[in-house]
Parts: sequence; C-alpha cells; structure tokens
Amino acid sequence: MTPFAYHLARDPADALAALTAPGGNIPLGAASFLAGGTNILDLMKENVARPMRLVDLNQLALARIEETPAGGLLLGALARNADTAYHPLVRSRYPLLSAAILAGASPQIRNMASNGGNLLQRTRCYYFYDTGTPCNKRSPGSGCTALGGLTRLHAILGASEHCIATHPSDMCVALAALEAVVHLRSARGERQLAFADFHRLPGDTPQHDNTMAADELITHIELPPARHAAHSAYLKLRDRASYSFALVSVAAALALDEGGRIASARLALGGVAHKPWRQPEAEAVLQGKPAEPAHFAAAAAVLLAGARGEGVNDFKIPMARRAIVRALEVAAAGTPGPACREEER
Amino acid sequence: MDIAVKNAGGAQAQAAPRYPLSLRINGQPYELEVESWVTLLDLLREHLHLTGSKKGCDQGQCGACTVLVDGRRINACLSLALMQQGREVVTIEGLAEGARLHPLQRAFVAHDALQCGYCTPGQICSALGLMNEGQARCRDDLRELMSGNVCRCGAYPQIVDAVEEVMFGSAGAEERDRPVIVGMVPA
Repeated sequence: MTPFAYHLARDPADALAALTAPGGNIPLGAASFLAGGTNILDLMKENVARPMRLVDLNQLALARIEETPAGGLLLGALARNADTAYHPLVRSRYPLLSAAILAGASPQIRNMASNGGNLLQRTRCYYFYDTGTPCNKRSPGSGCTALGGLTRLHAILGASEHCIATHPSDMCVALAALEAVVHLRSARGERQLAFADFHRLPGDTPQHDNTMAADELITHIELPPARHAAHSAYLKLRDRASYSFALVSVAAALALDEGGRIASARLALGGVAHKPWRQPEAEAVLQGKPAEPAHFAAAAAVLLAGARGEGVNDFKIPMARRAIVRALEVAAAGTPGPACREEER
Repeated sequence: MDIAVKNAGGAQAQAAPRYPLSLRINGQPYELEVESWVTLLDLLREHLHLTGSKKGCDQGQCGACTVLVDGRRINACLSLALMQQGREVVTIEGLAEGARLHPLQRAFVAHDALQCGYCTPGQICSALGLMNEGQARCRDDLRELMSGNVCRCGAYPQIVDAVEEVMFGSAGAEERDRPVIVGMVPA
C-alpha cells in the first residue's frame, strides 16, 4: 500500500470535513472513506486505489436498522451486510434482500462489509485490477483491455466502446428491484436518490461508477413498505457453488392478487451491466397477467432487448433469459425458505 | 518497517507517523503504536509474532487469516490494525487452555480435517465464528457458511465432519476428549 494518513471521524460532519482538512493540502477526491475496508484495502494493495488519507467512519452512529413512519425500513450505511441479511425485519419483509446479501462474498466479508460500502464497491473486471494494462475506468483515456479480451464477467447490456465492466454487487440487484432510496449527506445538506439513479452506465466516463458527488457521504438506505415478501427469489448463477461473483443473477419479486394474477412485478439483473439492470417496460409486460412461463419469457425478452455479447460472454444472453424465467417461476411458487436439502436437525 | 520508510522517503526521508492503538489479543491487553497501513494480519504476524494466522492470498479470498474480533470472524488481511481500537481479537493461539485443546481443535485432529495444515487455523477460527452466528442447521449450511475458507489439500468432507460434531454433537466425542501432546503428529 502507498503510505496514507489516517483520520478517525467523530461524526458525519467531521468525516465530511476530513475529506479535505485538516492539513489543508488534500484536494477533494484524494481522500477516501473507510468502513468495512474489504474493497478499498484490496484495491490499495493492488495499487489501483492510492488515497492520501483514509477517513475511518466506524465510530459514526449509522449502524442501526429501524422502521420508518411510512412502514418501510431504514438501513444504516454502517450496518454490516451480515447483520442486515439476518435482521428479523429484513428476513420477514424483504427476504429478497436477505437472500441476495447471503449469495454474495463469504461470511467473513459479510461480517465486515458495510451497506454503504456495498453500493460503492468497484468492478471485478480483471483488467481494472491489473495496473499493467490500459483501463478507462482506472486510468481515463488509456483504453479498454477487456474489449477483445476475457469477458466472462463482463457486460451484455448498457456497455460502451470505452468500458464493458459490470457492477459486482448482489445486494444492489435486490435494492434495485425493491426501489430503495439512497440518503446522502454533504456540507451542502442532505438529499435522496432513487436507487435507479444511483449507479450509472459507463458512456465515455467509466471512471464514475455512480452519481454521488465527491463530497458526499451515504448515511442510510431506505426501503419502501414491502409488497413482495411472499413471492420473491434471488437466483445467482456462477462458476462455483459459493463465494464467486455472478455470471448472471436475477432478483424477481411479484405481488399476486386473489385470482393469482400479477398485481406488481419487479425484475433486476446482476452481472450483466455497469449497474443493476432494470427496465420498467419488462415489468409492465407482466402486469395483470397470470403467473405463467409464457409471460415470464415475454418479460425476459423485453428486459434483454439490445443485449450484445463480446464473443466470450455471448453465453450470458440465453443464460440470462432462462434465469429470468426460472427466478419468476420460483417467486410465483412462493419465496423459498432457507431450507436444507437434507432433513433438518 | 524503518527500512521501508527510508526507501520510500528518499531524500525527504522522515519517520512515518505512527498512531496509538490499544486492544486485547487472546485476553492480553496491548498498547501499541502502528503505521496506518499495517493490516491486522501483519500486526499479528510481523509485529507480535503470532504466526498462527496465515497469509495465503492477502486478498480475502482464501480465509487462512480468519480471526475473531469481538466474537465475529473476519479476514485479518482486509482490516487495518487501527480499525481494531478497543476490540477483543482472538486468534488460533487463544483457543486452547494450556495443553487442553479447544473442542474444535480436538475434532479437527480426530477427524483428520487437515493435510498440510496451512488453512487449519483459519478454518478453526471460521468454524468458531460460524458457531457464534448460530445460523447453520445442517451439513449443507456448514458447507455454504464455511465457503470463505479454502483448503487446497481437499479436506472439506473431514472439515465438515469435525465442525458438525462440535456444533451438533455426535457419539464418541467424549472419548477423544483427551490432552494432545504438542509436537505429536496424529496418525
């Protein structure tokens, strides 16, 4: 790691001030926040990130999970991924979020990683991590080595000629489907961002993963009142049974009326784009329809419209189509419990 | 560390700032001063010579560095020492009581849950964290919730057997409840 200064923040205002002061000569963007550390420290060891100062957020009172007056949940940015996934209210009202978090990383990392940090994790593109190769995300203007390279983890939707990286989070796929709201704070005040507007597509500025300003801090992630707890599924397809990034993942959530017709549908994909991939038009296809595979396939076709592989990752297009149908079938049958294959003890 | 500072600083060489750190490791209080970039794993191994925790990948992928912080398992390689201010760290060195091994250690010996042994301290600390979490209900859960620990010798079935025995209990455990003489290689 390149040497850096360390500042233990007392409160959010102190954390925000420490992005540039004290010491004076730290330009905005040269300091980074430190929460769980699981991604930033890894990137620092690889020399991909070289902050001049780390501002440790771990003493901030932002680790609570509490109900909102509207009937939703407010997830503290510093609540750990494991505590969020296993929280009784998350499990009962948002089993999709619980399942998505538990599909990601390892138990050790979930114990460390914060909710805010999960949103801010960088891509796992091999070339982004390899400082010996050009990468527009790591070094803007240098080129993209993934184009024409190994693209097993790379995008089939929303990519650009400058970047075909994917966002690696599982949690964020569920948060997109659940229409979470990100609460941000800066010295200028507080604001809220719809989850769909938080992450962005690469375009010609792939160095920016999201639309946060450099002087902002995530304080909370708000979940609106739950509608889909009884019919949701997170399906993750990967190269190993566990502890591997998604080739394709699907967050599917349905609300069914008394007649079994779809009153509300949510669909988001992971592993396929620079952000969790969601298209309201695909969900509209399911509105008012019976929960049947033919309609699921029609929704998949809309969600995957315009999908394009890079050769190596062409397989992800039919894989995603089938995964969407499968996830919707599972959701329609009822949210799967955390069942063991063998007899329970 | 001083050599690294001289090399990095060149003509402008000056001592890198150290930050005070107080924590407990295996029940012992420590008052230390460390540079910002020292990971918990490097603090344990290089500064305090507690070399039971292993540096496998140094990227959080292998789990060989797993330790418990306030009872929760984490990758010591992905955490700064300074992030452990005031915390209680337990490593593999802290599990036995004198010559009396921890039940997980005894079970790993009894089940031959290792071959080269490099991943074993991390496996055992991870298993202890798993038990503290209380989420596993069956062997499938054990396999999934031990997936952050890689064993390249392939002792996975025996590791699951050992953890299963301690978590869920099984006949014969008491018979193996005997002191193990340090330095003896189990047959």
